[in-house]
Amino acid sequence: MVSAVDTYGSDGAAPQVIPLTSPERAQLVQRRNASPCTHLWQRLDQVKDPEIPVLSLWDLGVLQDVIETNDGVTVIITPTYSGCPAMDMMADEIRLCLAAAGVENVTIETRLSPAWTTDWLDQEAKQALRQYGIAPPARTNSAGQQTVICPHCGSHHTTTISEFGSTACKALYRCLACEEPFDYFKPL
Amino acid sequence: MSEQIDTNNADTLARFAIRLGDDALILGQRLCEWSSNAPTLEEDLALSNVALDFLGRARMLYGYATQIRGGSEDELAFTRDERQYENLLLVELPRGDFAYTMLRQYLLDAFEDLYFAALTQSTDPTLAAVAAKTVKEVDYHLRRSTDWIRRLGLGTEESHQRLQNATDELWGYVDELFETDTLEQGLIKQNIAVDRADLQTAWCKRVTELLSASNISVPETPWQVSGGRRGLHTEHLGHLLSEMQYMQRAHPGQQW
Ligand SMILES: [Zn+2]
Repeated sequence: MVSAVDTYGSDGAAPQVIPLTSPERAQLVQRRNASPCTHLWQRLDQVKDPEIPVLSLWDLGVLQDVIETNDGVTVIITPTYSGCPAMDMMADEIRLCLAAAGVENVTIETRLSPAWTTDWLDQEAKQALRQYGIAPPARTNSAGQQTVICPHCGSHHTTTISEFGSTACKALYRCLACEEPFDYFKPL
Repeated sequence: MSEQIDTNNADTLARFAIRLGDDALILGQRLCEWSSNAPTLEEDLALSNVALDFLGRARMLYGYATQIRGGSEDELAFTRDERQYENLLLVELPRGDFAYTMLRQYLLDAFEDLYFAALTQSTDPTLAAVAAKTVKEVDYHLRRSTDWIRRLGLGTEESHQRLQNATDELWGYVDELFETDTLEQGLIKQNIAVDRADLQTAWCKRVTELLSASNISVPETPWQVSGGRRGLHTEHLGHLLSEMQYMQRAHPGQQW
C-alpha cells in the first residue's frame, strides 16, 4: 500500500497521512491490469459520468470488468445508487463508445455485489472532484463524524444544509469561512 | 441462480421479491408526489432523491423476479391490479402533511435498517446483494428522518401537534411490519427470508425512545390492521395505481 501526505488545505492542522489507494481500488486496478483487452478499457476511459463529467466510469468504479469473447464484448457495471437515473444513459454511452471502435455485439451486465463504495474513488478522482467544486467523500473518525472540507477555500468550518444536493449521491453544504455553498459527495 | 432453485420454490421466491419490490415502489410513488410540493427546495430535492432510491430498489427486486419467472419489470409495475399488489398498508396511505410523511418514513427506515441488515445474510445471493446495497442507503434515509422527528417534535406547538396526530394515526399500521405468512415462513426456514417477528423488540425500543425524546407520546392503539400481503388494501391504493398506471393502460407497451 502506498502512502502519501495529503497537502490539501487544512487550516494549519498537521498534514494527514492517508493511503493513496484503498484495498478496494487496488483490486479493481489489478483486474484491469490483468485483462487481455487493454484497448477496450482505454477506449472506455472516454465515457464520463453524465452528472460529473470530470470523472470517467472507470474513475468512479462503475466500470467493473470488460470481457472479450468470440461472440462480442461484455461490460460489467455496478450502480452507484440503486435509483441512479444515469445508469441507462451510461449503458447507452458505453455502447456508443464501443460502436465507434467497431465493436458491435456489446452486452451490458449490472453487477450488484460487491455494492458500490466511494472507496473505489482514487486520489486523482478526488482531486478532480475538488477542482470541479465538489467536496470528495471524507473519512469518518472513530466518533462517527466527518470533516467536510470546502472545495473552494479549503476551510474545515463547514455545515450541512441538506442531506441531499443536486443528486442522491451528494449532500448540500455551506462553508462558514468563504460562505459559498457546495456539493459534498457522500461516503457510501 | 435460478437453476439452483426447484420450480416450487422458484415461484415462492419470485413472489417474495415482488412483494418487497411492491413496498419500495408504492412508497417511492408516494414520495414522488412531493416533487414541487415540499415545504422548501432542499426538502423537495431530498424527498425526490429518497423516492429514487426506492424506485431503484423496486427495479432490482422486480428484475430478479423476472429473471426467475419471465415477464418484465414494466408488466409488474403497470399491469397488476390492486388485489395483485402485496405491499404493506403503511406504504400506500396518502402522503398527508409533512409530519405524516416524515413519521411514516422514520417508522419504515428504522424497520428497514434492521430488516435489510439481517437480509444481507440471506442464503439467496441476489437478495443478499440487494440487501447489502439497500442497507447503505437506509443509513442516510434514517439519519435524515430521525433528525426531522426531533425537529418536528421539539419544534413549534404546531409542528409538535402535527407529529403527534401522525403518530396517533399511523400507529395502527405498524404491527403489519412484523407479520409473516406461510410464504415467508417457508423462506425463513431456508434462511432466505428474515423472520420479522425477531426484529419487533429492537424496533419498538428504538422508536419509542426517539419519540419520547421528541415529546411525542406513543399511543396505545386498540386497533391494528393488516392485509396488504393478502392483497387486501385500503381504499387509497386503487387511486394511486390509477394515476401511476394510466399511461401504460392507455397505451400498452408505450416507451419514450
Ligand atoms: Zn470555503
